Amino acid sequence: MNTLEDLKTAVINGKRKEVKAIMPDLLDSGFEPSAVLEQALIPAMSVVGERFKRNEIFVPEMLVAARAMKEAMAQLEPRLVAAGIKPQYTAVIGTVEGDLHDIGKNLVATMWKGTGFEVIDLGVNVSADAFLAAIDQHKPHLVGLSALLTTTMPAMKDTVAAIRNAGHTDLKILVGGAPITDSYAAEIGADGYSRDAASAVDAARKALAA
Amino acid sequence: MKFTKLAISNPVDLIYGNAPHPITTRHGMVIGGGTVYPELNFTLPDIDIRKESMPAIARHYKQIVTDALERAAELDVPAVMLEFETLPPMTEFPDLGMEVVDILLHGIEHARDKYGLRATLRCTPNDNREFVRPPVMRGGRYLDAMLELFDRSAAAGTEFLSIESVGGKEVHDDALVNGDLRAVMFALCVLGVRDMRFLWEHIVAIASKHGAYAAGDTACGFGNTAMVLAERKMIPRLFASVVRAITAVRSLVAYECGAVGPGKDCGYENPILKAITGCPMSMEGKTAACAHLSPMGNLAAATADLWSNESVQNIKLLGGMAPTCYMEQLVYDCRLMNCASGEGKESALTLRNWLVKSDAGHDPQALIISPESSVRIAESIVRSKSHYHAGIAAARTAITILREATEGGCLPSDPRETSWLQRMEDELDEMPDTEDEFIDEMLEEVDRTKFNPDEYFFGQPHA
Repeated sequence: MNTLEDLKTAVINGKRKEVKAIMPDLLDSGFEPSAVLEQALIPAMSVVGERFKRNEIFVPEMLVAARAMKEAMAQLEPRLVAAGIKPQYTAVIGTVEGDLHDIGKNLVATMWKGTGFEVIDLGVNVSADAFLAAIDQHKPHLVGLSALLTTTMPAMKDTVAAIRNAGHTDLKILVGGAPITDSYAAEIGADGYSRDAASAVDAARKALAA
Repeated sequence: MKFTKLAISNPVDLIYGNAPHPITTRHGMVIGGGTVYPELNFTLPDIDIRKESMPAIARHYKQIVTDALERAAELDVPAVMLEFETLPPMTEFPDLGMEVVDILLHGIEHARDKYGLRATLRCTPNDNREFVRPPVMRGGRYLDAMLELFDRSAAAGTEFLSIESVGGKEVHDDALVNGDLRAVMFALCVLGVRDMRFLWEHIVAIASKHGAYAAGDTACGFGNTAMVLAERKMIPRLFASVVRAITAVRSLVAYECGAVGPGKDCGYENPILKAITGCPMSMEGKTAACAHLSPMGNLAAATADLWSNESVQNIKLLGGMAPTCYMEQLVYDCRLMNCASGEGKESALTLRNWLVKSDAGHDPQALIISPESSVRIAESIVRSKSHYHAGIAAARTAITILREATEGGCLPSDPRETSWLQRMEDELDEMPDTEDEFIDEMLEEVDRTKFNPDEYFFGQPHA
């Protein structure tokens, strides 16, 4: 019989087929869906994230693990829904208006999903209005804004202002991208800054805990 | 393949300042004719780009062109290239872009009258076609606006037309982060090649209509994205190095369609293209750290005909405004190379070899564009029967070069990295014999929500 540890190991090693085979076994053996998520999948991605942060693995290896987790989630999600278990946090993420760069933003979304967040990815060139609409629809705990160009930094500032002016004063906003700094994040009223995808989970947790 | 033999087959002849097919500007600046000239590129600090902010934007560009060219003249530079790489709204709304073009052309003329400085302009509109997702490549307002800016800019007096085209990028970004060499090959050598053919026929026609030069493209959004990801330890450097070799196949298409150089500065694949085409190339390296880091700051200069800073914001530094400071840095870099050339081929080669040697042993991405590696990769490309086969051949040659270097102790050997050599080789071994088979396979594999085949296989059976 498979154990949660087997599932965790399979996810860490990015063994999608193994994960696919282990999941029904675990779920049929009486393991609570929440235990599968919290004791196997999230810890597995946490290990992967730490390895990436320590430069022990590259992004492709991390994404193989993320796909293995996705495989598990496909089987787990109906059970979580049936049990009334919702993700602890919901995040909306996007690249600001006028900017098309999304590699960093996509990696942050992957890291956040790996830590158990529900992530709504709005894509690139996202207007402030589109962010506001998504906030109204999904009621997120966290919003992530990305910009890679100096000339789209004003759009990031405008988006943060639009969110605050719409009354979302407690909503946590995290920003990132090559020209963005800690001090710029503070200056435009964001709650945090992440310099790269590897530190995005810590930055999100820190902002949410504040 | 249009090019079936090399313009430069001996690595000794692949050297800065000299190209078999030099270009002469309207005012007598000869690029690739023995002298390396600065190519200054600049951008704005954080500012919203729209019609209302154009007076402030115009002030920035006037200041840049006036001050930087004045400094160039003070430093006795005989000639200089300015590159206006537009910001997306300036291409989306060509009136905005043209306002800047006119400012720069006026500044260039003023410097010519006042100092006798032979300056010229390269205009590089943005390829905004990816603003629509999946990108619309063969029509629509983004393509129309881009072609309009090319046309109006050339009509106004811009001498060189370039672009950082994005055909295939919607597939390539994912390919990079997944370390997927097959998808890299599909993006660059199938999609990229088709889009380049389409785009460069237009650019060459516009250039010829106005007596301008269709200069060249760059795989910046491909090879440089890989380089930056590798710099940040997100993907293996060896993988990024092989990607670089393959990008040459995509960028080559511009020259097949009639581009004559100088190739775009951020095309680190340019040494390979110079060996194939004999066209002069702009390069960037250590003096472009203001824009992005790279592991080949010296080596990139080894084959440069123009030496560029890639891009710098118009902000105040202690020495002056940043573009003026970078003009000075470029001038001194060029002086050194030109001084070495002035003492004869042997001196020029000594400096070139130092530029190469100081970087090549530190990083595979530097090694892969050394003159020796470039000629080997170039040779494998021109011997191939199609761009698809050229991509495979370039990748195989790159892997061979990297294996020799890591096993021979010429490069650091990290098992986490070197295991990728075998992985990539295995992927190449699995590639089908024909491009048609490959396309069929990839159309099954690639995420169709990100990519529309109709935009690439226009009127062809794969659409």
